[in-house]
Amino acid sequence: MVELLRVERLSSGYGAARVVNNVSFALNQGQSLALLGRNGVGKTTLINSVIGVTTRHEGRLFVGGEDVTRLSPHLRAARGIGWVPQERDIFRSLSVEENLTAVARPGAWTLARVYEMFPRLKERRRNGGRQLSGGEQQMLAIGRALALNPKLLLLDEPTEGLAPIIVDELLAAFQRLAREGLSMILVEQKPKKILPFTDEAIILNRGAIAYAAKSAELIADPAALEAHLKAAG
Amino acid sequence: MTDVLAHLRRRERWGVAEIAFWLALVAGIVAFPARAGLVNEALIAGLFALSLDLILGLTGIVSLGQAAFFGVGAYTAAILANAGYHDPLLGVLAAIVPTALIGFLTAPLLLRGSDLTRLMVTMGVALMLGELANREDGLTGGADGLNFTVAPLFGRFAIGSFGEGPRNAALFSLAVLFALLFVARRLARSPFGISLTAVRENRLRAGALGISAAWRIVAIYTISAAFAGVAGALLAETTQIASLDLFEFHRSANVMLMLIIGGAGYLYGGVIGAGVFILVRDVVSAETPEYWEFWIGLMLVALVLFGRERLANLVRLRR
Repeated sequence: MVELLRVERLSSGYGAARVVNNVSFALNQGQSLALLGRNGVGKTTLINSVIGVTTRHEGRLFVGGEDVTRLSPHLRAARGIGWVPQERDIFRSLSVEENLTAVARPGAWTLARVYEMFPRLKERRRNGGRQLSGGEQQMLAIGRALALNPKLLLLDEPTEGLAPIIVDELLAAFQRLAREGLSMILVEQKPKKILPFTDEAIILNRGAIAYAAKSAELIADPAALEAHLKAAG
Repeated sequence: MTDVLAHLRRRERWGVAEIAFWLALVAGIVAFPARAGLVNEALIAGLFALSLDLILGLTGIVSLGQAAFFGVGAYTAAILANAGYHDPLLGVLAAIVPTALIGFLTAPLLLRGSDLTRLMVTMGVALMLGELANREDGLTGGADGLNFTVAPLFGRFAIGSFGEGPRNAALFSLAVLFALLFVARRLARSPFGISLTAVRENRLRAGALGISAAWRIVAIYTISAAFAGVAGALLAETTQIASLDLFEFHRSANVMLMLIIGGAGYLYGGVIGAGVFILVRDVVSAETPEYWEFWIGLMLVALVLFGRERLANLVRLRR
């Protein structure tokens, strides 16, 4: 297996405040990782540190063997890191299609393929970002990250606050992406949603890794998963 | 990427209102030659406002120093004419070179800091260039400015204040404005232009999504500077004088007023705002020559406080 992402003893946060403490893990190409933990344990900060918008105190990051620690966010994105932010953050004054066009890079993920995955976006492609429902905005945020043709997709609580039917649609899309071999890091508070299609799992507590295991192991032992999450809370 | 380009081509199409707008301008100049001088001034101001729209409306970069490029463009045309190169088209094209270069060199100053920093930096650059023009009086004529003449356009159409000069000047300015608005339109609707909107909305997020704000800001500021330079060259050529007041703060402030009146971010706003500004100035100054700016000020306050649906929405062409 070829290593895609390596995080080495990373400590980071916002300004002088440290949120992530001494975190190390690696992810191979084609693998997906579930990043679990209660509110406020540092999951989003860890994701933000991978994309490069936090203050790094210590540690290093490698993408495809290249040290990207000192690279700015847009250069990390150019190395293949796609990001779906927690707040979705679609460009509200741009249409659906323009949101995709703004970041699109050559590759397998064309606009047509994004529309094939999310037909609703195609129906609403001329609508402005501010005219979309929460679910449509989330689809657009995911589609936009895919249009970048990433090697690694970071999804920060992508199902948060959405109707169950939309959540199911998105989970089906993630499963498809995982099957197709796209590496993902999924942040989620409800592990049962994502463990079935991820390979590895990390439970964070107070910015540090409290537990790491194969996703299959945690699925097979729900009591252990619950215990680890409680301990982490 | 082919589907991205297909989408953009669809957006390239000209609307009926847009075509009618340009035809009405041509018809107006031809039908009312006595007002051609005023229309010419409005068209040049419209081009100047378009240059500001590229950075402020599209990209969200504020500037109170756009007059720097306007002045450099004007002096380029004047110096060239006094050196024996009287072709007005050459003067306009030549204005692109120094203005784009100065824009490119000063753009990095805009990459850091807040809007206030950018206002101060752009204003400072305009002040410095104005003072340089004052000091280098051997080249610029100093406080007296430079008087010069230009040859007839294409060897046939005289430009100036007499006879058919104002009409020809207005048609020349209209052609240049149309050409540059065409360029701006293509630019705004290209992936580059769309990404500028993303930068305007949220520079940090845009960066994390792979959009480099820095080089985009440098590029659009350089282009904007060239547009302002062309506007300056046009004004100098059609009035046949370049003077230090072209660098002055009130020009940068007025062009921002025009853009706000017409609405920023959709390219035609500056052109419409300039037309309204010049028209109001012309009508009101006929009644109260000393206090016409009072009414412009009142209009601005009303627009900002009450006129959420901006003036230009009445005649909005696209977007």
